[in-house]
Amino acid sequence: MRQLDDLAAAHRAERFRRVTVEVGPLSGVEPDLLRRAFSLLSPGTRADGAELVINSSPVRVHCSGCGVRSTVPLNRLTCASCGDWRTRVIAGDELFLRRVEMDTSGNEEPAHVH
Amino acid sequence: MCTDCGCGLPEHQHHAHPEIVDVMTPLLAENDRVAAHNREHFDRAGVLAINLMSSPGAGKTALLEATIERLGGECRIAVVEGDLETENDAVRIRRLGVPAVQICTTTTCHLDATMLHRALHELDLAEIDLLFVENVGNLVCPASFDLGQHLNVTLLSTTEGDDKPAKYPVMFRAADLVLISKSDLIEVLDDFDVAAATEALRGLGSSATVLETAARRAVAVEPWLNWLRARLSDRRSQKPVAVAE
Repeated sequence: MRQLDDLAAAHRAERFRRVTVEVGPLSGVEPDLLRRAFSLLSPGTRADGAELVINSSPVRVHCSGCGVRSTVPLNRLTCASCGDWRTRVIAGDELFLRRVEMDTSGNEEPAHVH
Repeated sequence: MCTDCGCGLPEHQHHAHPEIVDVMTPLLAENDRVAAHNREHFDRAGVLAINLMSSPGAGKTALLEATIERLGGECRIAVVEGDLETENDAVRIRRLGVPAVQICTTTTCHLDATMLHRALHELDLAEIDLLFVENVGNLVCPASFDLGQHLNVTLLSTTEGDDKPAKYPVMFRAADLVLISKSDLIEVLDDFDVAAATEALRGLGSSATVLETAARRAVAVEPWLNWLRARLSDRRSQKPVAVAE
């Protein structure tokens, strides 16, 4: 919410239409709970009524043994190809604010509904 | 027609174009900023900071007591205790002559960097070599909040079951060292296998060292103390202290 406040101030936004976050299964954040928190915190702010889009990419690892990149379950991060456990997570642990769509005060023309 | 988006409306009626901004900042950016600040404090003072995590009752405080008794003569230790309520754990630590600050989180299930930063003001870092942060007993949320620590140590007690790493992948993946605590109970438990726990941990792609400890038995904490001595030695020689990614 603080990040949205800062963005609103920087872009002279009147309200947010859509807020997109990346929340990977390995981030430790539960999308449903984040959605609930957003609906509790947004009323009375510029994000009131904004659509919260939560993207979640599958967990992928890169194997340092055989070099293969594979998609794996979140509690089995070994290489799906050769089984080696010396892997590095390359996707699925994201936790960041990707994009915001907002109405800025720069445009004085009335908004219409699509 | 609108020349901006081609929506077909006369220009004078045109809607306000929503401004789209790609942000790409971590949701926990504010916590990460304070954590980096804490880490700077530690590094400037030459303090090794260890975040101790586990489920409630896995024996974090008992392990700290055993550690202070045996390692207290070799280095200057301090402890920050995180609990929802009570000062009990800090009292236990202070009884051993070691400075301890209690953070009562009341309803919050984890420590964050700002809480730790506030607690650090009550400690003289120049007088400390080794700082333990005993996180709130919880195998979920503490893993998501960087405190500025150098290393994460996660306890897995033998009564919890050897499949815990597969059940709580986020927590165990964050661990630099996993301690199988209450290992003296293995002989009376028929369902805990250290090899199976290690296998579950490797299943997370983790190369973390696994050591057994039993806080009530002097000999059983020695491998853990040796691990700490090695990290402290790295710290003194200004080598990077992290043992894993």
